[in-house]
Amino acid sequence: MDQTFQLAGISDPATYLDAGWLSVSVPNLVVILAMFAIFVLAVVVPFPKDRDES
Amino acid sequence: MTTTKPSPTDSGSKPTSADSGPRPTATDPGSKMWTSRLRRAWLDKLPPDKLLPDRQPSYVASWIYVFGVLTLAAFMVIMVTGLGLVLVGPNWYHTSSLGRFTNSLHFWSVQLFFVFMVIHLWGKFWMAAWRGRRAMTWITGAVAFLASVGTAFTGYLMQTNFDSQWISFEAKDGLNAVGIGAVFNVTNLGQMLLLHVCLLPLVVGLLVVWHVLLVRRRGVVPPIDAGSAAIPADSSTESGALS
Repeated sequence: MDQTFQLAGISDPATYLDAGWLSVSVPNLVVILAMFAIFVLAVVVPFPKDRDES
Repeated sequence: MTTTKPSPTDSGSKPTSADSGPRPTATDPGSKMWTSRLRRAWLDKLPPDKLLPDRQPSYVASWIYVFGVLTLAAFMVIMVTGLGLVLVGPNWYHTSSLGRFTNSLHFWSVQLFFVFMVIHLWGKFWMAAWRGRRAMTWITGAVAFLASVGTAFTGYLMQTNFDSQWISFEAKDGLNAVGIGAVFNVTNLGQMLLLHVCLLPLVVGLLVVWHVLLVRRRGVVPPIDAGSAAIPADSSTESGALS
């Protein structure tokens, strides 16, 4: 288990990105970007139609 | 609970008092019993076909409308795994494989809960979901989000490890700076434990139930550009109404 954590770098401190007043860790930024991508996909990807209606 | 006299037409018996007519029963529209009034009010605001509908408007067939129920599903997993953690306790979820697995399920379902809830929030914000007398639906959702943040925060303090110790000692300085550290003491494990497993889940649960009942009552909000033909006739979508 510990070796897995070391390989994944989970136990290491996160890298932070700084831009003026904004400071965000890379893991948090990845989650935010993933949520944004899912949101865009949820808006544009067509919903499967009911078989009864086709 | 009061009893009612049998109607003369039901059994043929006469009223015991000569000048008293048949009293209203609990099923009469005019009954003043609190149970009858509560039932009439409930059925008036939320009849069974609105509470448990079997069809939805065509505009609901979109992925963006799925994230509310995904949030609910994640919330149910949180509650079930949380009950398991409460029943057996920290010694179990720190040491046994099943306990760690349950603890991980609890943790990751919280992550999914927030991801789904944030996307749900973005979707409803951009479709101005407070339209059509849905302001309280929006408010209960927003307050449930804030209450969930507090519940998750106290959950991080429940880990009883160095991580929770670090989080609480970082947070206490911030909370002391805004003057609430004396009443909301994040280094008091007993207070945080009771908040996380007793009070806050109850608050979030009640807000979620209230939110869902309001969604059932007002109906799912239509897209801004939905034509009137797509909106059900009984939907509360009068333009501009905010109450």
